Amino acid sequence: MEQLSTRKQEYVQEVEGKEPVETIQYIVIRLGKEQYGIDICNVDSIVRMQHITRVPKVAAYLKGVINLRGEVIPVMSLRLKMGLAEDEVTRATRIIILKLDQQGNVGIMVDEVKEVVTLEATDIEKVSYDSKDDKTNFINGVGKHDGELISLLDLSTVALEDNA
Amino acid sequence: MDVSQYLEIFLDETKEHLQALNTQILELESDPENMDVINEIFRAAHSLKGMAGTMGYKRMQTLTHDMENVFSEVRNGNIKVTPDMIDVLFRCLDALEEYNNNIQETADEGTNDNEPLIKQLNDILNQNKKTQEAPTDNAAGEQKVQEAKETETSADKWDHIPLDESQIHVILAAQKQGKKVYGLNVVVQDSCILKAARAFLVFKAVEEKGEIIVSEPSAQDVEDEKFDKDFTLIVLSDATLDEVIQAAGSVSEIANVTGAPIVLENNSSYHPLEETAAEQEKPETEAAGAETAQSLPEERRAKPAAKAPEKKQTPGKPVVNRTVRVDIEKLDVLMNLVSELIIAKNSLVSFANQEHDQTSGQGFNEQIEYIESVTTNLHESVMKVRMVPIESVVNKFPRMIRDLSKTLGKKMELYMTGEETELDRTVVDEIGDPLMHLLRNAADHGLESAEVRAQRGKPETGSICLDAYQDGNNVIIEVKDDGNGIDVEGVKNKAIEKNVITPEQAANMTEKEIINLLFLPSFSTAKKVTDVSGRGVGLDVVRSKIESLSGEVEVKTKLGVGSTWIIRLPLTLAIIQALMVVVGGEKYAISLGSIQTLEDIEPSEVKLVQNKEVINLRGTVIPLIRLSEVLDVESSRSADENLIVVIVKKGDKMAGLVIDELIGQQEIVIKSLGKYMKQCKFISGATILGDGEVALILDANALI
Repeated sequence: MEQLSTRKQEYVQEVEGKEPVETIQYIVIRLGKEQYGIDICNVDSIVRMQHITRVPKVAAYLKGVINLRGEVIPVMSLRLKMGLAEDEVTRATRIIILKLDQQGNVGIMVDEVKEVVTLEATDIEKVSYDSKDDKTNFINGVGKHDGELISLLDLSTVALEDNA
Repeated sequence: MDVSQYLEIFLDETKEHLQALNTQILELESDPENMDVINEIFRAAHSLKGMAGTMGYKRMQTLTHDMENVFSEVRNGNIKVTPDMIDVLFRCLDALEEYNNNIQETADEGTNDNEPLIKQLNDILNQNKKTQEAPTDNAAGEQKVQEAKETETSADKWDHIPLDESQIHVILAAQKQGKKVYGLNVVVQDSCILKAARAFLVFKAVEEKGEIIVSEPSAQDVEDEKFDKDFTLIVLSDATLDEVIQAAGSVSEIANVTGAPIVLENNSSYHPLEETAAEQEKPETEAAGAETAQSLPEERRAKPAAKAPEKKQTPGKPVVNRTVRVDIEKLDVLMNLVSELIIAKNSLVSFANQEHDQTSGQGFNEQIEYIESVTTNLHESVMKVRMVPIESVVNKFPRMIRDLSKTLGKKMELYMTGEETELDRTVVDEIGDPLMHLLRNAADHGLESAEVRAQRGKPETGSICLDAYQDGNNVIIEVKDDGNGIDVEGVKNKAIEKNVITPEQAANMTEKEIINLLFLPSFSTAKKVTDVSGRGVGLDVVRSKIESLSGEVEVKTKLGVGSTWIIRLPLTLAIIQALMVVVGGEKYAISLGSIQTLEDIEPSEVKLVQNKEVINLRGTVIPLIRLSEVLDVESSRSADENLIVVIVKKGDKMAGLVIDELIGQQEIVIKSLGKYMKQCKFISGATILGDGEVALILDANALI
């Protein structure tokens, strides 16, 4: 109850104090040395690394399938998809299960899941599209948070089937 | 009461009746004098009419009524069956089917009155005017009788209103005080628009004269317009009956008010309430049970109530679920198995609670085995429940072929066998369209025109066969015609012309590969586009549909002799028996249905033919497929070890799959791999093993 009331207060302050700002929550993940943000709306769950059953004759970035609570879910390596070096599985490695409108549930392997941040629309800078550089294809913006830069992943291209 | 709960049954039964009518009329066409068939038709039409009427589908009822009239004349021998009449009747059936489809989608029959059809039906009747008049008189007479009955029954309607104790008590008390009790039946005019408002005025007018104790339907329902044409009241009043009736009748748009005093039995005595109530109930049940004449009002009373809600026409889709009719015996078996499962579970529980001594291991295994056998049986019977004969789909084909025969001007006959072959309900639902395409193809492209047939020395009437049978874990459906067969050269030229293949490619293609071109989208070899086929949407739809059901289509053809289309479908989709194998340390499942034998082969027995590995197994040369190569893994076996070979069969082709290790047979639940993994053709799905690991299912058919 106490939490609720403080939340309400915060909300009231927010509404009365300044104009409402559009905010989006992102899950911040680490891939090598870079930080990426994934819109929390598209995240179904985050699971620990587990045995992935390899599927033969598919693109290299498709690592295989896992059993997620009785459902078979395909898992892809974000590193390979983005043209980085092969994953090194550590204790921090996680599989983020994305729920997408078109493709259904898909898991992506990341090096580490760091935190959840709330970004306001003003904190996000759109990236100018550069078709020559492959990596920007996966990013639709850069967010600023606590003096750090977070590349925001464009999940529609990440999940696209045939561009790796 | 709400009729919507009967909608499903209505739709199901209508479909059945329509199907029966289709079949029977076809039979009638070939044998116009067959009295049994005519009777059968008459019965089906009659029940259809009754059902449509009960559900309140007026247009459907009118059409079936007129059809029934024709049948009845035929039955009485007053009109002869003519080909024209058969055509009209078939068109009527189509119209009825349309109604049925509309009802299924929107719960409404639609607005098509099908007047031309009704007129045609009446024309048929009028051809024999003299004899025709008598039955209409009859019908009118019947109607009169019925009307008479209706008024008669409405007169004593209030006698059949169930009264509860308190109401009886009130009536008795009022009677003691010298008040009079009347029963009133108020009939609203047909044209009345605001029935509820009129009824409200009647209530008000009557209440000025006395007190309304009971209303049937209830006052609330009347207010909500949940009544058909009439409602019944029981009124306590000091006024005379005429005054009350007059008060009610003074409201405009009221067609008729009837009434009579009610005298409750034992009204003068001080009997305890329970007894009076019992007395009151007794005549009720007696009336319903003993005499049919008396039970009529009961029915009448139920009817308006049933009709009422449908008047309101709630928009929005009715949820008509797909249903399977299940033999009660199958359900009994299912129930038994479930009880066994519960017993097995209980013994496991008690086992877990027991002190574990030395012998417990064995007992535990026994329980596991028990559960295993129960679940296997359970699966089998659930599958059986889902199985329906393909009859429901193929039954409409004779009619279709007849129509095609007329439109194409070719004589043809359809022979069907194996209609009783059972398939999973989902498969049966989907298989109709592909089969229809194949039959149309056979009729249009396959069979030659009469002249050509005569030249080739074939009988004038072309024959098309539809055969279904079970083959292991598959069901095979064959569509065979004795027509022209596929002109491979023609297909090849067409493909080159359409830039599907280059002439160089064409030269290297086998006959089979060329025939397979037919399954490509927008590839039609028909010289002209007809209504029947030739738009090039047929065969690729057939193939994609069948493949979506994890089946296959194959063609065998001989130019000038005919062609056979073979559809191979799995018996069921969800759960299969599979052989678990290990290749390069990974576990794979192979459907048991495609496995012939397991062989232990010495490396020296492997021979090379055209640089491909084969083995000679008991006289048959079988190509070897090394799964480790196909699956891109390192085999864990060294080259000099014996090979474990799984011999699989697809149609008449065989292949030997070389694996590393056998695990054993297991029942697996098939899960889809999802969109991403579609690229891998020979993996048909995945399954989750007991330890939670995912194993892939190898599609042996795709490997061969």
